[in-house]
Amino acid sequence: MMTAPEPILNLEDVRKTYRMGEVVVEALRGISLRIDPGEYVSIMGPSGCGKSTLLNLLGCLDRPTSGRYFLGGEDVSRLDDDELSRVRSCKLGFVFQSYNLIQQLTVVENIEIPLFYQGVAEKESRRRAEELSRLVGLENRLDHKPFELSGGQQQRVAIARALINDPLLILADEPTGNLDSTSGSEILRLFDQLRESGKTLVLVTHDPSVSQRGNRTLRLRDGEVESDLRHG
Amino acid sequence: MANPLDHVSQVSLSRLRRILRLGVKSLWLHGLRSFLTVLGIVFGVCSVIAMLAIGEGASFEAQQQIRNLGSENILLHSVKPPEDRKVSDSGSQSFVLQYGLTRLDLRRIEETIPGVLLTLPARVIKDYVWNISRREDCNIVGTLPRYPLVRNHGIAQGRFFTEQEMASRATVCVLSAELVDSLFPLDSPLGRQVRIGNNYYQIVGVMESRGSVAALEGPQEGNRSALHRIFIPLETARERFGEVYMRERSGSMESERVELHEITVKARTTEQVRDVAEAVRTVLEHGHKKKDYQMMVPLELLRRAERTKQIFSVVLGSIAAISLLVGGIGIMNIMLASVTERTREIGIRRALGARRRDIVIQFLAETVLLSGAGGILGVAAGLTVPWLVTHFSGMRTIVMLWAPIMAFSISALVGILFGIYPALRAARMDPVEALRHE
Repeated sequence: MMTAPEPILNLEDVRKTYRMGEVVVEALRGISLRIDPGEYVSIMGPSGCGKSTLLNLLGCLDRPTSGRYFLGGEDVSRLDDDELSRVRSCKLGFVFQSYNLIQQLTVVENIEIPLFYQGVAEKESRRRAEELSRLVGLENRLDHKPFELSGGQQQRVAIARALINDPLLILADEPTGNLDSTSGSEILRLFDQLRESGKTLVLVTHDPSVSQRGNRTLRLRDGEVESDLRHG
Repeated sequence: MANPLDHVSQVSLSRLRRILRLGVKSLWLHGLRSFLTVLGIVFGVCSVIAMLAIGEGASFEAQQQIRNLGSENILLHSVKPPEDRKVSDSGSQSFVLQYGLTRLDLRRIEETIPGVLLTLPARVIKDYVWNISRREDCNIVGTLPRYPLVRNHGIAQGRFFTEQEMASRATVCVLSAELVDSLFPLDSPLGRQVRIGNNYYQIVGVMESRGSVAALEGPQEGNRSALHRIFIPLETARERFGEVYMRERSGSMESERVELHEITVKARTTEQVRDVAEAVRTVLEHGHKKKDYQMMVPLELLRRAERTKQIFSVVLGSIAAISLLVGGIGIMNIMLASVTERTREIGIRRALGARRRDIVIQFLAETVLLSGAGGILGVAAGLTVPWLVTHFSGMRTIVMLWAPIMAFSISALVGILFGIYPALRAARMDPVEALRHE
């Protein structure tokens, strides 16, 4: 395992089973995966194939039933709830399909949330949030509430929020699923920019044109990796 | 170098401020709902403070009145024995009804009971008092110069009459403040004269106002003439009015003979009051076949008033506790609804790095804000209500310093107690489930 770049993440035979009443559901049946810095990975597959489960595991929202998960060299598969929260706030950035902004907060306050839970002082986090709002082109909307923004603008706020903690890995769950094609392609252009600046992205999508933008497409079926193609 | 702890406390302080600001924002989102929830606590806290203030004021007033009578004193009054009333109603002209306290009683009490410091006999005659053409119904009290000392009743103007005036049976008098108000409404009565029957009395002093204390002093409950009192030397009273009191009633003359209308016995200390009262009762029971006297011990009244006040406080406390409990349940109810409603927000925050304890703190902060705001509004209302009561009804109210403090702390405590369960429920949510929640 002593290849040149240190991997961003490494899954070793990760399994996840759920118990739904009497039935035990195997959502992930032994997935091993390694993602290097700067990769742009798309995860595709039919619904129920385990995409969401995998994304939740990668996002440290859930723990594998067995197997090991290293994130930035740290084994996070056995951490307790508080430590997982710390990993989420320091190492990960999330972008959701439905933006998931907090309605009672303004744009800039939404962007700041991860730093708030890291305990960064308000002045510093405000400065970084304003900087990132310029990056996503929303510097004039800092004090707006989410419901005053279009879908595309809301998703850009979400991206700024995902970037504010300078994460190792950005996880996006169908980030263009709720958007029209124009604002969807704006979002994808932003992702391209991020990748150019060296960020590592993992993105779940149904849309083959979205996955074409990445350098690697992972197809899942029935909780297993069906194919893992590198391209572009 | 600065103490690193300073830095930590500074950071956590500004963090606390941010958490509270966040709470305000979330509550503001449902302003009306939050306000209605707060009302429960407002009324709870307000009623606690207001009721305590009114209760405290009323009992203070009662205790003040009783204390004014003298907590070392035992008051004896002559009363017409009930079975003799019939006799006197159908009584013949020649029949003179004799009852009440006697000088013999007074001597026995003075001489046989240890622990008696002073005694004060008094005769009370009802008659009109005149200031030229102004007339007032009045109780003429013949007593000793030590009256102000024994009854703890101060002089407002001038002086009380002296031993010399007593010995020389001088026609001097001291008026009660209430009598001055109606008899000399415009000018000072000092040096002036009043007429009772055919005699003129020189006014040498005016007593301090006692409010409704006088109502407690005699069996003639609270009529106007009970407040209207004029004090003259006992010997003067005996000489001028005699001991037989005659009154024309439905055509026939009614006469009664009462040696002393009142005796005040002052014990040396308050501890001795009970024993002295027992002894006085025994002495009087020996000397009187009929129950033609009444005994009143202010200290016992005071004790009874204090017990009443304690019961009052317990009742008020329970009402307050119940109203705050109801307020607390209201808060809990709203917070549970809010937690369910904001499941997704909780999921988002957890995904972005909030620990369980951050979620607990956030929701607890909201409940504490609600109950704290309720507490502050309640204290404000609770201070206003007694003021309004005093202002409009003239009732005395006393806001004890601890009452608002206690009411506010309890309301804050209620917020924390009833906020814990909803906050824990919020924190226990699985982030994945919460994010999936619509």
